[in-house]
This record gives sequence, C-alpha cells and structure tokens, in this order.
Amino acid sequence: MIVNGIERPEASDPRRLLSDYLRHDLGLTGTHVGCEHGVCGCCTILFDGRPVRSCLLLAVQARGHELATVEGLAQPEAPMHPVQQAFKECHGLQCGFCTPGFLMATVAFLREFPDPSDAEIADAIAGNLCRCTGYANIRRSVRRAAELSRQA
Amino acid sequence: MTTRLFGERVQRLEDERLLRGQGRYTDDLGNGALECAFVRSPFAHARIHSINATAARALPGVVAVYTAADVPFGDLDLPLLIPHPQLTHPRTQKCLASSIVRYAGEAVAFVVAESRYLAEDAADLVEVEYEPLPAVVTPERSAKAENLVHADVPANSAADVTQAVGDVDSALARASHRLRRRLRLERSAAQPLEARAVWARWDAVEGRLTVYDSTQSPTSIRGGLAVLFGLPETSVEVIAPDVGGGFGPKIMLFNPDELLVPYAAMKLGRPVKWTEDRREHFTAVTHERAQVHEVDFGFDDGGKLLALDVDFIHDAGAYTPYGLILPIITAAQLPGPYRVPNYRVRFRDLYTNCTPTSPYRGAGRPHGCFVIERVMDAIAAELGLDRAEVRRRNLLQPGDFPYSVGTMWQDGGMAVYDSGDYPELLRLALERLGPKPEGDNIGLGLAMYVEGTGVGPYEGAHVQVLVSGKVVASTGIPTQGQGHATVFAQVVADELGVSVEDVTVTSGDTRRFPWGVGTFASRGAVMSGNAMANAARAVAEKAKRVAAEHLEADAADLELAGGEVRVKGSPGRSLPLAVVSILSNPLRYAFGGGDEIATQFQPRPRPGPPLAEGEEPGLEATGYYSPSPGSTWAGGCHAAYLRVDPKTYRLEFLKYVVAHDCGRVINPMILEGQIQGGVAQGIAGSFYERLLYDEEGQLRNASFMEFLMPYATEIPDVEMVHLETPSPLNPLGIKGAGEAGTIPVAAMLASAIEDALGVRIDEMPLNPNRLFELTR
Repeated sequence: MIVNGIERPEASDPRRLLSDYLRHDLGLTGTHVGCEHGVCGCCTILFDGRPVRSCLLLAVQARGHELATVEGLAQPEAPMHPVQQAFKECHGLQCGFCTPGFLMATVAFLREFPDPSDAEIADAIAGNLCRCTGYANIRRSVRRAAELSRQA
Repeated sequence: MTTRLFGERVQRLEDERLLRGQGRYTDDLGNGALECAFVRSPFAHARIHSINATAARALPGVVAVYTAADVPFGDLDLPLLIPHPQLTHPRTQKCLASSIVRYAGEAVAFVVAESRYLAEDAADLVEVEYEPLPAVVTPERSAKAENLVHADVPANSAADVTQAVGDVDSALARASHRLRRRLRLERSAAQPLEARAVWARWDAVEGRLTVYDSTQSPTSIRGGLAVLFGLPETSVEVIAPDVGGGFGPKIMLFNPDELLVPYAAMKLGRPVKWTEDRREHFTAVTHERAQVHEVDFGFDDGGKLLALDVDFIHDAGAYTPYGLILPIITAAQLPGPYRVPNYRVRFRDLYTNCTPTSPYRGAGRPHGCFVIERVMDAIAAELGLDRAEVRRRNLLQPGDFPYSVGTMWQDGGMAVYDSGDYPELLRLALERLGPKPEGDNIGLGLAMYVEGTGVGPYEGAHVQVLVSGKVVASTGIPTQGQGHATVFAQVVADELGVSVEDVTVTSGDTRRFPWGVGTFASRGAVMSGNAMANAARAVAEKAKRVAAEHLEADAADLELAGGEVRVKGSPGRSLPLAVVSILSNPLRYAFGGGDEIATQFQPRPRPGPPLAEGEEPGLEATGYYSPSPGSTWAGGCHAAYLRVDPKTYRLEFLKYVVAHDCGRVINPMILEGQIQGGVAQGIAGSFYERLLYDEEGQLRNASFMEFLMPYATEIPDVEMVHLETPSPLNPLGIKGAGEAGTIPVAAMLASAIEDALGVRIDEMPLNPNRLFELTR
C-alpha cells in the first residue's frame, strides 16, 4: 500500500486494525482513535481519496490502495495546507484530538464542493465529533479553507 | 505594565503542531511498551467467590496478570481525596476488587502482555466467579434504603448536611404565595474524545519513575505515587503531555491504572502502557449530574423571593473519593445572582451501584442554576409577570459586593461573591437578543448564573530568559485545549516586553514545575495566570537590577520593551534581554554566542563578589499565587429564541446570546471558544445525552452509537457580549471562564421549551420522545 506517497509493507498481523497499523507500526500518530466503533471520526483518513474510518478497517484491507493521513497534508518544512491554515486562523481547534479527522474530511469535501453553502458545510462535517469547540469555529474554518483553497 | 498583548486576539501558539499531526497525546508515545487490558466487573453489585487467572497467564505473549492478591497495594483503599468533617461515611474502592464489586466496570484484574490484542485475549480467559447481589440504581431508590450499597453505611448515606440562612420556616409561613417543585437531573458524562491513558517507565539505574498520564493533575499524581510507592517525590516525574479534552473526569485521581501501570513498569523492568477504550471509559471513568431536588419557596405579590427551602439527594455512585464537592457546590451557590434572605438547604450524598461521580464541567452548578431559575420562572408564571422583570426584582445590585451567601464553599470558607453587575448582564443579553421572531412554537429562554471560579489553594510558575533572549515559562497545571501556551505567553510577554512568539510555555510537566494542584474549577487563568505574572515581574525586576549596573542607571529608571532593557526616555541606552541574561550568570568559561562579556577578566561595573549579595545566577524567577479562602465569581445571562418542531419535537435555535463577565479577558478569541464549547456541552447534556442504567445497574448505552453526542448540525452559533468587572481579589483582575458556558444551558432550555410549548418542565435532560409525552 502507499501511505502519503510512500510504499509501505503489509501488516504482519491479519487482525491489526488499520488505525493501529498507521499509528503504531508506521508511527503516524496524527491519526487518532476516539471510539473504535466508527462514530467519532477522529481516525478519518483518505482511502483512494475518499474519507474513511481507519478504525473500522483491517490493515490488510488496505493492500494495493493509496492512503493519506494528516501528516501528508504538508511537508514538515513547507507552509501548512490551506485547510490547516484555516483551522488555525479561525480557532477551529482546542485540544486538537479530533482535528486530524476534521481536516481529512474537509480536504475531501472541498475537492468535491469548492464553494460550499453553510448547510453543505455543516452536513459535510456532521460525521465528526468535537467535544471542545462547539463547532461554530470549525464551520468557520471550513468556510475559510474553501476561500484559501480557491485562492491557492 | 504595557497592555499590548493582554486582551488581544492572539492566534494560538500550540496550533501548528497539532494541525500537522505532531501532537503528543499519551497513546502516541511509548511505542514498544508492554500493553494492558483490564478485567472489569460485568455486575453492578456482586460478591466475588474466586478469580482464576491460570489460563490467562499461560497464553503466549502474556507477561503478567495481577489480581488484588498479586500486588502489595491490592487491599489498600484508594485515597479519599477530599476529606470533610461532615462526610461521615466515606468509602473508596480498592485498586482491584477481590471480595465485592459495587459497580459494573469496577476493575478486578489487570493483564500485561506484548500487545493490547494479546492482553484483551488474556483478559477474556480470566475466570471470575460472581454471586450477584441486589443493585441500588437511582438516588430515589438509594434513599429508600431497601438494599445497601455498603453493608456498613446505614441508609446508603455518605453525608447528610443542612445549612440555613435566616428563618426559612417563618418566612415561608408568612409569604403570600408558596409553591413546591420536584426538580430532577439525570446522570451524564463528559466524554472527552481522548479517553484516558497512562505510560510508565522505570529507570532502575537512577531509581526514577517517569509517568505520562492523560490527567488534569500531574502534580497530584506525582505526590500520590511517591506516597503510595514509598518513593522520594524527587524520584517521581509525571507529565501530562497533550491531553485530548478533560472536562472534569481527568481530575479524578488514582484510577486503578494510575497505580498498576507504574507498578508493572517497576516490577517488570520494561515500559508499560495502558490506553482506555471507549467502552471502558463509559463505565470506569467518573460520571456526574444525577440529583433530585424538593423545592419549597415563598414570595410576595411583587415577585420577590422571600424564602427558599431545598432538600436534595445527590447520586454519588458506588464510592466517594472526591468527597462532597459536588453537592457542596450546588448547595453553596444555588441562590445564584439573586438575594434570597431566607435559605435552607439540606443534602444527602447517597451511594448507588453505579460508576462514582466527580466534577464534570459545571460540577454541581448546573443543578443549582436549574433550581433557582425554575423558581424564577415559576414565580413569573404564578403572578403573570414578565420573566425578566421577576429576575430584575430579585437580582443582587452592583453595590452589594462583597456579598456573602451564608453557605459553606468548596474551599472550606464561606461563599462570598467578590464582584459583578448582574442587572447589566441581563440588560445586555436581552438587548442583543432583540424582539421575538414571528411564528408558532417559538420560546424565549432565559437563565442567569454565577460561577465560583479560581479556587485555591495555589498555583505557581517559573519564568526564565534564556541566553538567546527567548523566554521559557512553566506551570504545574496541564492544558486540555484551553490554550495555556498562548494565554500564559501573553501574560509573560507583556511583563518582559517581548513578543508572544518568544515565549514557550510548558504546562503539566513536573520535571519543569513540580508544584501545584491542577486544572479544574475554571481556575487556570486565575491561578496560573497570576502566578505567571508574579514570576515574570520578578524576572523583570532582576533584569533591571542586572542591567542597571551596566547601563550606569538607576533600576527604577529602566523599562523592558522590544526585547531590551532600556533607560526610559533614552532610546540609545539599552541592553538586549539576551545580554542581560548572559550577564546575570557570572562565568569562568566562555562558550561562544557572546557570553565572553560575563567572564571574569572582563571589566565589571561594580566592585565586590561577581554574584551580588542576595542575588542568584540566571535571569529566572518563580512566582506563586494563593488566594485567601474564597473564589472569584464570574456571572452571566443566557437568552435564546428556540423553535420546537411540532411534529418531530426537534429543537431549532433561532438565536442564542450569552452575556458574560469573567473579569479581565486575556484573549477574547480563546474565551469565546471556551463559551461556545461550553454551550455546546450544555445543549448536549440537556437534549441529547444521558446515561441509561437499567434496574440491574447495567449501563445500556455505553457507546457513541447510543449515547448521542451532537454534531455540527445540532449546535448553533452563539453570539456573545463581554462585560468586564475586574475581580478585586487578584492582581490581573481575572475570574475564569472554562465551565461558564455549560452552567445555565439546562435552565435556559427549560425556560424556552416551557414558553414554546406551554408545558411545565421539571427535569433534564429532555429529548423529542419526552417532549411528545409531556405535551400529551
């Protein structure tokens, strides 16, 4: 499988969750695990470009697929991705635990809806739980991310 | 003092790391450590006849299985954290239960294995023989005492406390109007998105224990581990790295894992990590909120509240490690922003066979607020008066401070409000809310609150200017998303005249700052904020003393600005802070980087020892802030227009306004984030979330599939109005704001729904089904 553009070896344990494989075998700990039953969205990654819950997949199911995690949004020395930048500008995160999931969901959403309405924004992120922000600044962040992405 | 940064919307310094996926939450660390799983009681109340771990121990990859019999502290009662003279029957759980379990989820055995997967396999192989006993589930059933949670606690009562102000009985008898209400709040839970986790390493060479813990109080964990393991506290280090939300339950300490993980690391000589899963979090981590209040109140024809008599029962769960704090807070501040001349409150803290309780955002305050605000609305309804007018007639006035409620506060002193302007908060909220929109089933909701914030005993901070001129600052309390790295940097940067980006704040790492209490009770900004200011001021004074010698000026004529110490009014005469930092530490050796100016053959401006009498090397200082018993008191008013869909009974917020006063504001952007998040958690707990125990004490909705937390589609944008009445109690005039957003939401929603549907609301949380029933 390819993760953030790099070819990676298969998981050795057939029952290894994809989220555990990413976090603990590849060291990509930016993908978080909040519930392990597919509701909170903290573990959202892109699977062939589409957002999925990595806690509901086995690592072996990713064989031959292309994955993207939050670490792949911007290289360490490069400026942040427009979606990351927007979350910073709009105070779209507090504890930061749910944030990578929101970022990945937003990246996929804006590719499909580059100029979304407020209702579309709320719907798009209504698969991710945040316990800190009360969502208002996350909705603003997505709106701002759309602006920044269109400028980019 | 300059005010360049204090009060500014400074963007958060911690964000970029978190946004790039470079956060350091406990489970992100310690790859390769042994991993663990618990065996937990499936019964709410049962006698344990036997525990057999033979098969579990034999499983390949299992390193150890601990039962109570296998650990030296197995039979120890975990600490009673907050003893209180009126807590007559405190009970705390054992680290691992061996003879009896009193809630479903109580820990029975602990498995350590090469991976979490293997640990869970092994946990399934531990055979425990239970004899189920009758479970006591609701506080009402507990009060009946048909069955006992603890055989030696009569009436299931941990405490029975009464306080009175004035003469309630005669005032009630004389009042021209008298009403009674029974007001009930159900159990709920904070559910931070990062569940708990602990990772421990033992360095046998140095005899040093290092523990990473997703806790709100690493300094207390350190102190406790030193006592419980008999280690010098100087050999125990506890770090709360990034913590993925707290909201209260992570202040609870000595969860069994907090002993077992370090113990296993020491015993096995290998790093050990335990990461809680969500299902465990639901039953093993403390809950809150369940309370039932019998309320009797009298008022005059003008709507003035004359007497209030409240008798309530608090559902403590199976144990009382956190003491009486929750019912004490409810009882103490139940009168809220109103003058209640005759007030009597009795509470009983009752055991049930449910998960124990400890503070959850609001911590007893939403209950008190719900009671007094329901009383205000009931008076208005009874007399046909406007709800805002009834509140106006009962509010304390700006000239009434300091105002003693006459009740005992959570720090052992009396509840005394320090400052505020409640009528103005009401006015501001209604002004911003504006006229009621046209339409059916629209209600106006109104609720006011006070919040005792910033309780002691103290916090401290250390501030140091490095030889590079950069500043590092540290405090004992950890952050769970409140933006400590930014707001404390703002405070320090102002005092030292540097830019906020030059200040790096570490919080919650005992290696950097070993003293302090924790992050709770909306106290971080008040306590550590003032401690930071005190430490930074001491550094600034020292910088002036050191620079004065070299600038040949009087220290009193110097100021810190632009990263320099300079003579006021003489822009040319200055020294960079980096140079002052170097000069503060007389050197024998030069290392480069300009520090040769501090070596011994350089000319010195002053005779005598290189380190002046009474002076210490380094441009650093430690500062503390410890208030006299008593809190700062924030306050506010929530007002909203709400539409209840007549078919689905879903809620639609047309407008939600918060007017609030938390004293001087360090960073409005972060403050507004705290309020918005608090309101969301309030709405969540009032209309979506509840913990559903069945009669056998099984938690029936221990997952996010069934414990319904709202998403972005349910929570409105909150409009905010700031009022700043500085607290006279601390140098920065701060009050604290973390919990404020949550406190009045249940009361406000009850008020709005009552107005929209014309049905009386005496309970929380509600939901569409319940509203449907109430309107039948």
